[in-house]
Amino acid sequence: MINAILVFNNHGKPRLVRFYQHLAEEVQQQIIRDTFHLVLKRDDHICNFLECGSLFGGSDYKLIYRHYATLYFVFCVDSSESELGILDLIQVFVETLDKCFENVCELDLIFHMDKVHHILQEMVIGGMVLETNMNEIVAQVEAQGKLEKAEGGLSAAPSRAVSAVKNINLPEIPRNINIGDINIKVPNLSQFM
Amino acid sequence: MGFNESRRCSVWLKRMPAPIRLRELIRTIRTARTQAEEREMIQKECAAIRSSFREEDNTYRCRNVAKLLYMHMLGYPAHFGQLECLKLIASQKFTDKRIGYLGAMLLLDERQDVHLLMTNCIKNDLNHSTQYVQGLALCTLGCMGSSEMCRDLAGEVEKLLKTSNSYLRKKAALCAVHVIRKVPELMEMFLPATKNLLNEKNHGVLHTSVVLLTEMCERSPDMLAHFRKLVPQLVRILKNLIMSGYSPEHDVSGISDPFLQVRILRLLRILGRNDDDSSEAMNDILAQVATNTETSKNVGNAILYETVLTIMDIKSESGLRVLAINILGRFLLNNDKNIRYVALTSLLKTVQTDHNAVQRHRSTIVDCLKDLDVSIKRRAMELSFALVNGNNVRGMMKELLYFLDSCEPEFKADCASGIFLAAEKYAPSKRWHIDTIMRVLTTAGSYVRDDAVPNLIQLITNSVEMHAYTVQRLYKAILGDYSQQPLVQVASWCIGEYGDLLVSGQCEEEEPIQVTEDEVLDILESVLISNMSASVTRGYALTAIMKLSTRFTCTVNRIKKVVSIYGSSIDVELQQRAVEYNALFKKYDHMRPALLERMPVMEKVTTNGPAEIVQTNGETEPAVLETKPPPSGLQPANQANDLLDLLGGSDITPVIPTAPTNKPAAAGGELLDLLGDLNLTGIPSITAYNKNGLKIDFTFERSNTNPSVTVITIQASNSTELDMTDFVFQAAVPKTFQLQLLSPSSSVIPAFNSGTITQVIKVLNPQKQQLRMRIKLTYNHKGSAMQDLAEVNNFPPQSWQ
Repeated sequence: MINAILVFNNHGKPRLVRFYQHLAEEVQQQIIRDTFHLVLKRDDHICNFLECGSLFGGSDYKLIYRHYATLYFVFCVDSSESELGILDLIQVFVETLDKCFENVCELDLIFHMDKVHHILQEMVIGGMVLETNMNEIVAQVEAQGKLEKAEGGLSAAPSRAVSAVKNINLPEIPRNINIGDINIKVPNLSQFM
Repeated sequence: MGFNESRRCSVWLKRMPAPIRLRELIRTIRTARTQAEEREMIQKECAAIRSSFREEDNTYRCRNVAKLLYMHMLGYPAHFGQLECLKLIASQKFTDKRIGYLGAMLLLDERQDVHLLMTNCIKNDLNHSTQYVQGLALCTLGCMGSSEMCRDLAGEVEKLLKTSNSYLRKKAALCAVHVIRKVPELMEMFLPATKNLLNEKNHGVLHTSVVLLTEMCERSPDMLAHFRKLVPQLVRILKNLIMSGYSPEHDVSGISDPFLQVRILRLLRILGRNDDDSSEAMNDILAQVATNTETSKNVGNAILYETVLTIMDIKSESGLRVLAINILGRFLLNNDKNIRYVALTSLLKTVQTDHNAVQRHRSTIVDCLKDLDVSIKRRAMELSFALVNGNNVRGMMKELLYFLDSCEPEFKADCASGIFLAAEKYAPSKRWHIDTIMRVLTTAGSYVRDDAVPNLIQLITNSVEMHAYTVQRLYKAILGDYSQQPLVQVASWCIGEYGDLLVSGQCEEEEPIQVTEDEVLDILESVLISNMSASVTRGYALTAIMKLSTRFTCTVNRIKKVVSIYGSSIDVELQQRAVEYNALFKKYDHMRPALLERMPVMEKVTTNGPAEIVQTNGETEPAVLETKPPPSGLQPANQANDLLDLLGGSDITPVIPTAPTNKPAAAGGELLDLLGDLNLTGIPSITAYNKNGLKIDFTFERSNTNPSVTVITIQASNSTELDMTDFVFQAAVPKTFQLQLLSPSSSVIPAFNSGTITQVIKVLNPQKQQLRMRIKLTYNHKGSAMQDLAEVNNFPPQSWQ
């Protein structure tokens, strides 16, 4: 089982934080800091495995990490996962990010933290590996992305709705828009007029 | 402007500006130059978000929660957003649900009651018409569903486990794993759904199904037995993956779905463990995977590694096991450090069961000691110790000693302990053993564990013929440098014990050095004075100096001076020792030789604890912590044996006469002290010994307070015409008893029965066994040393019943 997935940069700033067991916030931040220090000390010619029992209070846990340019990808796992397999999984994760963001770089992760979480959710559920086929993952992420776009997306909701409405005769706007199995309730926009 | 428009304006003014977007927030935070600046920005934004939440505006809730999650990642508190997440989950919009569920997973857990409010939403969403919404619900339930939620919703999950939608089926499988973990009793419920899970073509479903089956097998032996029948099917799937040729959808670096292969291999391992039939059914496929897998990339190695682990764990035939270990051996030579690391880890696990096979790779393993990688070095060290045996001990020790020399400090303590253990078990000769110990002490002397010192001392004592050689080498070792405490402690002890051998130049093993008594005392005094010496070490040195007073001839006065100086030391321990040694010089000089005699050969009791054969009951000299005063006699070992033989080989504990206390009680005084709790019921006294003019009588008293205690007062009288001087009385009792010997009234028995020596013995007899005693008497008479052993069997029943 995967205990935690952490992504942070060369200065220790977290870019993605996902714990699969419940820990208090201070503990989470402490673990991030400690992991960063442990991983920073490692040279490039050292193996990618670290014992880290003290961090999580169990002797079974290992840190498996990979360093890509300015980012560290760290998976904390217990003995039920294959170490070499997890190394491959990290590679698949990074390649998937690359496909979804088109030549992914750190800025993409910074500004689209929610999207990274959604991608991760198509790969790992509850600390267990769900899907390892990159194309499958990308397809599912894109489909859900389309859903969001149709609804107006995270931030665009009010303004897009306004501009759309400006071009149409008000009385003809339907209350509900149904496309396939997607239901959109049109918000009441009278205050904008 | 009319009334309507002014109303519009006021409506506008009432509303706050729209909450900023996530991108904007991130951009703003990144401009902060200090932690304090960042904190300020975040606090401002949190306040804005809080007010926005209060407005109950559906449109902005989504972006507000997204921002909150970002700030949470940076480490700022976000709990006030928990309820908002729930509201988002309840919304009809997919975007809202998505962020809402993510927020729930990141911010909520089953410890907050709030999470139960989600149950209904999840239930509805599990039946939603959009599969992605169903997927969100499954994901969330599978991550943080509490036991109550799992109980409520297990039925829905089970339904989805049977759906033909592979997207949902694979998620349902992992959700089921979580449910089983939370509520193990529900495992039975999922059993029917597992029937045709393995018939799926979709690899995602296959993968998660294997995970589910693995979980069920690990939890319940019944399930394990039930699923054993799946072995042929699993073998078939694995075969297809290997033989199927290039399949672009599942290909990773030329191998078809390595993740699935690894999962299946793991499940096969669990099914084949301890089961001959299953193990046999998978033999062929394991051999095939082991020989055919391409090893140039990491994915191939991951599969090979998993195969090796499976082969080692099930009841495979020996040919296959050898193949597996050879693969591990090849891994050790791989350039990739990760591969080397996992190889060493697995070899460590298998070295107990397949020792000989692993031995073949010993030289490669030893080479790994020189690796640059700390993790690999540690593994290699542990494995090397596991491989040491009688045949290879010389060679291995050489390598390990070299490693000890050059390794990082974090390894030295473990390495030193390991070397001591291995040397103890497999030392080819005593000389080699001592040399190895010396080498460890001099290279890593300060890292040696504290409990190693008494073990080493005991070891050295037992190598009687090597005493001269050992003390000479130790002396030379600390001459140059006395900062390594364990080394100095062992050296001081040995010099104290065998200093006479040192100055007499008796060494056979190597060229004896010329050293004078003064030089020896110089070094011990330097240790005493040095700031680097720990308190314990100083104690060792002082005792050593004291012991030399009986072994050295010319420097006794110097020793006396040193001892008296430390009588006023600030260190309480040293002070006490010095004061008591002083007393030994002054009032109890006649006892000094006996007390400071050569230590007997100590029998080993445990491997870890300090050896203890001589049980001292009652008052032993508190200062003499490390060296227990030996039973008397010039050949202590022989004497102990004689005492034992006389009592028919039953275990007895020789008892040491008490060391002189600072106020030796007068005989009368002692008796008076004891009168308080004595029961003077007139037990008849006996004559325990009567020979050569020396008569010893025993009188008995039973204690009122403790019925198991008998107090014996001995009176020794001398009917000859010359005094008996330096009289020492010793006694031994069977092991079930305990003896306490108090101080004698004096050590001279005047002639013609004109006076007696009195001494009190307290006997503890909890098992009320028949009292027996063996006594030993030494004294000087008519110019010669006399010694006698006797047994006392005529104790009256009232003295012990």
